[in-house]
Amino acid sequence: MSSAPAPSPRDLIHTAIWNEVAEADNPFAAHTALCRGYDVFGAMLGKARWIEMLWLLLRPELPPRAALDTLEALAVALANPGPRDPSVHAAMCGAVGGSTAAASLIAALSVGAGRVGGAREVHDAMSMWQQCGADPQAWRSWAAPAPDAAIEVWPERAHVPGCDPHGVSTPLPVRQLLAAAVQPGGGERAAWLLANLDAAQQKLGLPLAIPGAAAAIFCDLGFTPQEGEMLYLLLRLPGAAAHALEQSAGGFKQFPFYPVELQEAA
Amino acid sequence: MNGPQLLQQHVGKLATTVGACYPGSHAIFRGQDLHRDLQSLDWVDLYVYGITGRRLSAAQVELLHAIWVNTSYPDARLWNNRVAALAGTTRSSANLGVVAGLALSEAQVYGGLAGMRAISFLQMAVRRAAAGEDFEQLVLAEARARRIYGYGRPINSTDERIPVVLAIAKKLGLDGGEHLRIAFETEKVLLPHYSQLRMNYAALHAALIADMGLSAREYQLLRIPTFMAGMPPCQVEAAGKPPGAIFPTPVSGVAYAGVAPRPWPGAESQK
Repeated sequence: MSSAPAPSPRDLIHTAIWNEVAEADNPFAAHTALCRGYDVFGAMLGKARWIEMLWLLLRPELPPRAALDTLEALAVALANPGPRDPSVHAAMCGAVGGSTAAASLIAALSVGAGRVGGAREVHDAMSMWQQCGADPQAWRSWAAPAPDAAIEVWPERAHVPGCDPHGVSTPLPVRQLLAAAVQPGGGERAAWLLANLDAAQQKLGLPLAIPGAAAAIFCDLGFTPQEGEMLYLLLRLPGAAAHALEQSAGGFKQFPFYPVELQEAA
Repeated sequence: MNGPQLLQQHVGKLATTVGACYPGSHAIFRGQDLHRDLQSLDWVDLYVYGITGRRLSAAQVELLHAIWVNTSYPDARLWNNRVAALAGTTRSSANLGVVAGLALSEAQVYGGLAGMRAISFLQMAVRRAAAGEDFEQLVLAEARARRIYGYGRPINSTDERIPVVLAIAKKLGLDGGEHLRIAFETEKVLLPHYSQLRMNYAALHAALIADMGLSAREYQLLRIPTFMAGMPPCQVEAAGKPPGAIFPTPVSGVAYAGVAPRPWPGAESQK
């Protein structure tokens, strides 16, 4: 059987990203796969950077090299939140209990999706940048839940997105990430944040955290809040995977279980 | 107290009121011994108790069963079920397939978010109507400002589940709540202006549960298993068919509308 069945026009998958040409003997096998017009296996392999492929999946045209360098620097910064991070902790719980690899990554995605330190916080911070610009006073008003706002699957915001709700001062890695992002591309939001970190903290009462720096950089690169949210989920997975694999070797006997203090039910 | 000092208080221990297990001995579930005090509960009863810390009546628990039974559709075309089926066809694990289907079910078009918006609207409408606001104006203003969830349906405007579950609610004496009344009153206001906005299952589901006294956030947790029973059949059937036989997509099944083929930048200079 080599002729392709004819799908109903209403059952086609529509895309502007990916174009395949079928093998002559199999309508289900690709002979050529093109991403935004570039032959992935015939022309990109060995020549394209991974970060170029990532960009092309989101945009039809490659950006200037400086933007790719900035995104790559951010990807390095986000690659491992570290074993103290709740999303990585979740992935390690999967590993020590003998769950599947996918379960560990699902755990990391689910726990790392939220409004405190997670991808939704990046989404919120990017939306805030879009609507308020570089105005910390406006951020405070924006972040306060509106009484008539539609309910969301996410809990209500409880702090200005992008800031550490338990922070004292801006940690060095946050400053270093912003500095790295400013150097090659000169993003205006990252540059403004770097120059105004302490003044912004005074107005907000909280220091900037990694999600806030990432949000500014994603905005500078022209990504939407939806794209920034997705990229933040994606780019933090390598560390979750690595720490899960590491803990699977040690198992649950070398992993915290914590004493419990059971208090009387309300 | 806040900042690092607050976190420091929680380091290295779990302080909890909801429960704990003591392997080899017993388990506490919201202050009660699970194996001694809660043996009369069926699973749904226990599930609601875990969410709220309150027990529902036997009739309310029976209605929850009916609400879930009547929206368990083993149709692998439905997006959440399709994920479970696709996991079956790729020989992923059954658990991963169903969990992914459940994750999808917190959806705005048909699932959890639609339900949350519906219960949130109904609770607001009951509150404001009780405060004396003009109900018709309230509903129409809301419809103009944003979509009212629980009315209209993406595929067919008639919802076959409503008469079945309403009859069960009536039999159980649970069809007289204020949220249910407001749900139907809302439909009466909407239909002359928006003929496609018939009440759907999300509004009925939300109204019946609001009448049980649950908050929107409690409802978010309660409705997690709502579609689950439809998923395993899709997964099981897919796993029993040849690998890849659920929704196989030929190359011609993808309509490309993007940039034309072009050389990779720099390819010429590298030759």
